[in-house]
Amino acid sequence: MIKLKLDNVNKQLGGARILRDINLEIAAGEFVVFVGPSGCGKSTLLRLIAGLDSICAGDLLIDGRRVNDLEPRERGVGMVFQSYALYPHMSVYDNISFGLKLAKTEKSSLRERVLKTAQILQLDKLLQRKPKELSGGQRQRVAMGRAMAREPDILLFDEPLSNLDASLRVQMRNEIARLHTRLRSTMIYVTHDQVEAMTLADKIVVLNGGHIEQVGSPRELYERPASRFVAGFLGSPKMNFLPARLQAPGETSLIDVAVLGMTTLPFDSSNLAADASLSLGIRPEHLSLRAAQGTAGVVVTGVEYLGSETYVHLDTGQDEPLICRCEVNAGWQTGDRVELQLDIDKIHLFDADGTALKRHPHAIESEADDLSRCSIRAHAL
Amino acid sequence: MSPRLLKKALLRLGFWCLIGVLLLYAVFPFYYAIVTSLKPSSALFEVSYWIENPDFSNYAAVLHQASFLRAIGNSLVVALCVVTLALFLSLTAAYALGRVKFRGRGTVLMMVLGVSMFPQVAVLSGLFEVIRALGLYNTSWALILSYTIFTLPFTVWVLTTFMGQLPHELEEAAIMDGASPWVTLTRVLLPMLWPALVTTGLLAFIAAWNEFLFALTFTLTDSQRTVPVAIALISGGSPHELPWGLLMAASVLVTVPLVILVLIFQRRIVSGLTAGALKG
Repeated sequence: MIKLKLDNVNKQLGGARILRDINLEIAAGEFVVFVGPSGCGKSTLLRLIAGLDSICAGDLLIDGRRVNDLEPRERGVGMVFQSYALYPHMSVYDNISFGLKLAKTEKSSLRERVLKTAQILQLDKLLQRKPKELSGGQRQRVAMGRAMAREPDILLFDEPLSNLDASLRVQMRNEIARLHTRLRSTMIYVTHDQVEAMTLADKIVVLNGGHIEQVGSPRELYERPASRFVAGFLGSPKMNFLPARLQAPGETSLIDVAVLGMTTLPFDSSNLAADASLSLGIRPEHLSLRAAQGTAGVVVTGVEYLGSETYVHLDTGQDEPLICRCEVNAGWQTGDRVELQLDIDKIHLFDADGTALKRHPHAIESEADDLSRCSIRAHAL
Repeated sequence: MSPRLLKKALLRLGFWCLIGVLLLYAVFPFYYAIVTSLKPSSALFEVSYWIENPDFSNYAAVLHQASFLRAIGNSLVVALCVVTLALFLSLTAAYALGRVKFRGRGTVLMMVLGVSMFPQVAVLSGLFEVIRALGLYNTSWALILSYTIFTLPFTVWVLTTFMGQLPHELEEAAIMDGASPWVTLTRVLLPMLWPALVTTGLLAFIAAWNEFLFALTFTLTDSQRTVPVAIALISGGSPHELPWGLLMAASVLVTVPLVILVLIFQRRIVSGLTAGALKG
């Protein structure tokens, strides 16, 4: 059942187009995360849904009816703000009950709903305190309680965890996930943190420069990014990119990759011309290293020890080093020469515009017939 | 003593001397007024800085004059009305000017500032005609109207500044909760503006209380006069005698409430004038 639909929504401010042609459908009970770099328009989109900003063109439909001109309270939405925005002169109880009071809820029912909300969020002992007497996490929960008390159909979160320290952030993230499981209401969450997006979302919407890059489950976006931007945005450390040139377009592509040389990869490049420039993307965890003979291979320029794994930095002549995730006991040192092995199933190819090339399901004949492990030797540099 | 310690001690001494001088300059006239008011009329022109035998006859004489008491009453009514009216109007004006971006906002603010620079004397005759036309001559309403007109620029300006500093998200949270602009103003923003309101209210009160020119011009009979005019018109036994004792007693009586009010609210005033930044 479609809860919310954005139909060709556009927003401009002054001369700048902040949001362009946004088309999105959100099902009831879904946890959707809008993610993207600063200035991509995710907060603006949230505010449009909330009703705090007006839509310039296009329609917003909630439960099938057009709500462009409705006030926030008439839309059935609740919002949790980044800076909590609690009423400082009111107690926690008054903060949560404010919306209900304005809706002229009957007194006993009001009290019951506030108490129930407080209990869900573990605020029952704090009801008489003022916001300034609460910790950051507690304030965040009061903000959530205030948004939830009127039992809105859609709950909106505007970067709620940005103001918390790292450990509290993890804790609150789990609480929000648990809340969603418990309430089963539709939630829209805005963040710039891709870890929050990956862990909380049923569906991620990646925004860039005011338009939607890709929509999908965390797994879909991680394993099959539709664009170079999405590929580079999700995952930490970032995906490695190597420049490449298309030698022979076709259903499978012969490409010349920096550092790795010529190779045929199972990607469909029939719509591209020969000599087109491409990007080859491979994630740090899909690279493996082997000691190189003599002067072959690439040089290790740095090793980062993280306790559970190490990240090895390799000099490939690019501006940024190639990063490879290795076992802790691999024992690589700065200055070692290594050979790269890429997992062919996990390679991504992007054209000059950043669009991902379609992967071919067919088997290919390449120098290495082993499909699961294609060992690409690095040139001597 | 080492030269550094000596220098420190001297600086300390100089600091406290300066404080002493400032205190003396500010407080002495008031102090002398009190001293004078407690002297019997015969001892008036003996210069003494200390009261040997406080004599309350001046106070008794002043308080016995019914017209003086009525003048205090008039002043109180006028000042309180001015404060209420000015605060109400400037609060709502500040909400529009401080929170809503409309075309011409800058112009309006500049106009408000410009009007506040008008000298009262220049406006006097024009205002007199208006008061006459409205039939308000020789009533408290003439004064309430005039003082409100002259207090509004200041109160609007100060409250607009404070209003503009309140966090926007609070208003948005109120909108999400379903609050109309009036509810947002009165139940969300107003409680956060208390320091500003107290400051402007008190200053408006003092200005209205002490105002002399309009009070003299727009009132005619004793029953309508306010305190500054009443004091000015206190006359002694003959046209050449100024009853200093009575005058001082009246002045002290009139100033004391203001001083008490300021002392009570002083912390609020300071936080209102200096802080301004409210954490939402």
